[in-house]
Amino acid sequence: MITITDLYKSYPAQNARAQTVHAVNGVDLHVKEGEIFGVVGASGAGKSTLIRCVNLLERPTSGTITIDGQDLTKLSDAELRHARQGIGMIFQHFNLLSSRTVKQNVEFGLEIMGMSRAARAARAEEILDLVGLADRSSAYPSQLSGGQKQRVGIARALAGNPKVLLSDEATSALDPQTTDSILQLLKDLNRKLGLTILLITHEMEVVKRICDSVGLIDEGRIVESGSVIDLLNTPGSRVAHALFPLGEGTGSPGNTTIEIMFAGDVVERPVVSMLSRDYKLDISILGAAVETIGDRRVGRLRLELPGNIEANAAPVARLRESGLFLEVLTPAEVVAQ
Amino acid sequence: MIFDWNTMVPVLGLAIIQTFQMVGLSLVFTILFGLPVGILLVATDRGGVFETPYGSKRLGAALHSTLGFIVNVGRSLPFIILMVALIPLTRLIAGTSIGVVAAVVPLSVAAIPFFARLVEIALREVDSGLIEAAKSLGATRATIIRKVLVPEALPAIVLGLSTSVISLINYSAMAGIIGAGGIGDIAFRFGYQRFDDAYMITTIVLLVVIVQAIQSLGSWSAKRLSHR
Ligand SMILES: Nc1ncnc2c1ncn2[C@@H]1O[C@H](COP(=O)(O)OP(=O)(O)OP(=O)(O)O)[C@@H](O)[C@H]1O
Ligand SMILES: [Mg+2]
Repeated sequence: MITITDLYKSYPAQNARAQTVHAVNGVDLHVKEGEIFGVVGASGAGKSTLIRCVNLLERPTSGTITIDGQDLTKLSDAELRHARQGIGMIFQHFNLLSSRTVKQNVEFGLEIMGMSRAARAARAEEILDLVGLADRSSAYPSQLSGGQKQRVGIARALAGNPKVLLSDEATSALDPQTTDSILQLLKDLNRKLGLTILLITHEMEVVKRICDSVGLIDEGRIVESGSVIDLLNTPGSRVAHALFPLGEGTGSPGNTTIEIMFAGDVVERPVVSMLSRDYKLDISILGAAVETIGDRRVGRLRLELPGNIEANAAPVARLRESGLFLEVLTPAEVVAQ
Repeated sequence: MIFDWNTMVPVLGLAIIQTFQMVGLSLVFTILFGLPVGILLVATDRGGVFETPYGSKRLGAALHSTLGFIVNVGRSLPFIILMVALIPLTRLIAGTSIGVVAAVVPLSVAAIPFFARLVEIALREVDSGLIEAAKSLGATRATIIRKVLVPEALPAIVLGLSTSVISLINYSAMAGIIGAGGIGDIAFRFGYQRFDDAYMITTIVLLVVIVQAIQSLGSWSAKRLSHR
């Protein structure tokens, strides 16, 4: 649905001593139709620049953006404005017009599309109902809570029936509970309307809650991307470690520390008791995390097995055979995280 | 000091009408020209929606600095000098260089750049995020100006307008020089030149009351318009 190819965006140096900033530095990304794709990264990694390039609020230095088969970078100004009507966007600070009521805010995009007054009113009512704000349609944004404001933002973005929604840190200004309800709303809309969502966030919680796929951005590059489940099952994945931080518990020298990642039904299997029973091992659990991601239960488990890796070859092989993704860590690696 | 209302009321009544005519007419031109100039000052600036008119950054920058220069010239001249210097222009536009209509030309010329700067300040206060949101919905530049910038800045523009009206009243006191009359003219001719304290005090009270009323009206409307 969204294909980003070889995208670069640099900001020229503002003065002689400054250097050119390569905010987006060669990004390739594909967002499938109907999925929720999250881009995560630290502050300054280039997330905002990337998402603003997607609807060309920011002109990329080079590269192409294809949405629904249309290369946006090749469009004229008028064509681009038309294309943007099919790409909704929501913002961290909501960006609602303070001079307009909730309903008038929602109608704004429809006015731009040239819809008649009656059709606009009907559509606004419908979409406000969908986001659960039908009763506040004549309020002004200043009279709403943060979560309600974001609902208006979502309604405004979706009023024109876009296929794609871009979300620039939509929950970062909200408290955890409100964040939860907004994420749930996005997930519902994604399912109900078949809406494709590209969101950026610095919160792993958001990825955990609603993303099907995720890309990790670092210094303007996507350094890891794929479906959340696949990345969780990828040894050494930074995304997986960030999703399930297990702390720094290392095993003692001479022992073997392993990390197991599981997804789906494997979680239910009694791994630890199987090892201790079949191999007579004294296992210490150094860290564990089990969570529901999407509709699946996934988790990570860090275990310490007595003896070095050679001594544990058999149990490790047994775990691998049973379909678990497993990583053997040296103590140094554990500390490095 | 004698307040002889029988003679004062007709004199002051006419003066009030003249002041209102001068200020009212000038105000129409001030809004008509000052608002677009203020909008253009913001729109053609770096990062503005008309930063590159017809795709040309040079044209935008040229337009911006030319407008800025003209506005500054208009703002830097004391009104009394502006009025005298503009006499040929006034004759050209108004067909005469004396009277109420003639005063409207220099008054407007003085108030337009003043109001334009206030409009500029008001528009700059509009959060750039709102413009981004409008762009993301596919808005044209004209739509952004008409439906985002101006409505969002309207309370501040209205406050600027009342400030401009008060300036106009202030300038209009000097319009007596070109025979336009007005309250200020009465204060000068009767109050100052003829040492008639009754006129002096009455005109001062009148001016204070009018200015207070305009300021209150402006603040009240701005508050009514603002939903922040
Ligand atoms: N308009 C600009 N001019 C110059 N440099 C910019 C501009 N916008 C962003 N940058 C630089 O580009 C880099 C990426 O910025 P960006 O805002 O995309 O980061 P981010 O990942 O969104 O960070 P955050 O989580 O803090 O919002 C930063 O180094 C930033 O300073
Ligand atoms: Mg950002």
